[in-house]
Amino acid sequence: MKYKKSLLSRIFDVFNYTFLGLFACTAILPFLYVLACSFSSEKEILERPFYIIPRNVQLAAYKYIFSSPTLPRAFMISVFVTITGAATAMFLTLTLAYPLSKKYLLGRKVLLSLISFTLVFGGGMIPTFLVIKDLGMLNKFWALILPGAISTWNLLVVKNFFQELPQELEDSARVDGCSSLGTFIRIVLPLSMPVIATFTLFYAVGYWNDYRSSLLYITDNKKWPLQLVLRQIVLMAAGNIDGATFDAAYTQPPLEASKNAVIVFGTVPILVVYPFLQKHFVKGIMIGAIKG
Amino acid sequence: MNGTSLQVAGKKGSKPKKILTMIKKDIWLYILLIPGVLHYIIFKYLPMWGILIAFKDYNAYLGFFDSPWVGFKHFSEFFSNPDFKRLLSNTLIISFYNLIFGFPAPIIMALMLNEVRKEWYKRTIQTLVYIPHFISWVIIASLTYTIFNSQGVINKYMIQMGRESTIPFLTDSRYFRAMIVGQTIWKETGFGTIIYLAALSNVDPQLYEAAIIDGANRFRQLWHITLPAIRSTVVTLLILRLGHILDNGFDQIFLMSNSLNRKVSEVFDTYVYIIGITKGAFSYSTAVGLFKGVIGIILIYSANWLAKKVGESGIL
Repeated sequence: MKYKKSLLSRIFDVFNYTFLGLFACTAILPFLYVLACSFSSEKEILERPFYIIPRNVQLAAYKYIFSSPTLPRAFMISVFVTITGAATAMFLTLTLAYPLSKKYLLGRKVLLSLISFTLVFGGGMIPTFLVIKDLGMLNKFWALILPGAISTWNLLVVKNFFQELPQELEDSARVDGCSSLGTFIRIVLPLSMPVIATFTLFYAVGYWNDYRSSLLYITDNKKWPLQLVLRQIVLMAAGNIDGATFDAAYTQPPLEASKNAVIVFGTVPILVVYPFLQKHFVKGIMIGAIKG
Repeated sequence: MNGTSLQVAGKKGSKPKKILTMIKKDIWLYILLIPGVLHYIIFKYLPMWGILIAFKDYNAYLGFFDSPWVGFKHFSEFFSNPDFKRLLSNTLIISFYNLIFGFPAPIIMALMLNEVRKEWYKRTIQTLVYIPHFISWVIIASLTYTIFNSQGVINKYMIQMGRESTIPFLTDSRYFRAMIVGQTIWKETGFGTIIYLAALSNVDPQLYEAAIIDGANRFRQLWHITLPAIRSTVVTLLILRLGHILDNGFDQIFLMSNSLNRKVSEVFDTYVYIIGITKGAFSYSTAVGLFKGVIGIILIYSANWLAKKVGESGIL
């Protein structure tokens, strides 16, 4: 539909396009700057205010962080927790969401309201900590994986998705002699691949970014995942955090470039999966936006 | 929703037997439920039961059951503690700022994006503004330090522009709230637009065509068509937000606080951590957490009631 634009309308368009463009730039520029700094000399970082292309590229920072075992170890722990966590979380979410999507299931209503209640009220940090402690999970990787393994919000979205699947498909499978477990595995799961992909990635991002669980449950700093080590290196070196045990390896504050290299380490895996993630998550959010 | 109760009510006769055959028919579904239900029992409902230690003097040697009951001792201690007023005002002020600046930001941005007619431009902008949502608070705090510390980008520019001294963005308590709100807006605004854009994509384009024929300019169209289309989404998200007004997000505040800005940066969540985990006052900090949780639940139910009162569907 074409119509003549008024002057006011044109001015608005110019402002709108510019403002959105600038905001989008701020979303990505800090990362580009940190990336550039991680390849720069200390002198350049001190002298130039902002740049995204270093004058002379060097790898000293990366050599430095690989020279101690701390960072590679933390990286591997994070990778392990992320993979195991995302798999556990998906298993629990799918197996719980499927029965809850069956409206004829006895007791479904009670279970759903008990589950939804956890969205508005919870035990809080200390009682949860004591439960984890009493289960003997302190300083175990399970403490990083299990407590957050079901996000109620994700569960309800997946449940709604299952509910929308055509019931006829499952009925015909049952007529052909498939048990409800068989129907779930052979018919429902293959149809749910986009949803499975979305939430696996959501959970993976959550596990990768999580540092609170390790702050609470992991006191042995040899078992720290990347985010906690990162906090230690970058924020404690800035003299800005108190009340936590300082890892002896970092009493010598690392150079600026190394700090930036560590930030790059914490970010790059997310930016690598992001293009795959982006294809799906908008749809995932939209399924969730529909109440059911 | 009420399929179960209707079916059960509809079947007369020996009810227990009927229930048993129904369970047997769906036995696999019940087996599938087990791991997830166990998870909720252990990690969600067991801690809720553990809240009882707020009314006890929890002692690790005596354990949960044998620690003595003390009634509301920890609560009265907390309410008479000078920390209480400071925590409450810090928590509310940060939430209030996030509400008035952070909440409308994605709405405004969604409305702006909705006016972009060039598809490629719109898609590029969206791809970029979603990114910060997926970055951890540790990284975001680190980026903030890199950019705002005394040798950071901003201060270096200011020195070059001729300023004598650097601005202590990170350590002066005057800047703390602005930094927090700024971070939140930067991180979540883009992602927050998704849900509003979804609501906007459901608007029938014929409405706009009719409005144009009636001579409505873009601002009239916005007022009469676009805004009403996102009204219920706005209300729903506002209810959710109000229910969590005492949650400032532990991660962000904890990472940005330091001994120099403590007076404005300490909120309920960080206080519970410091008193409970690092100082070991389990009962007292559980009482603080419970106070917060109960106020939260009251807020969320009242906001929901209010939403229904003004003719919206609410969330509960």
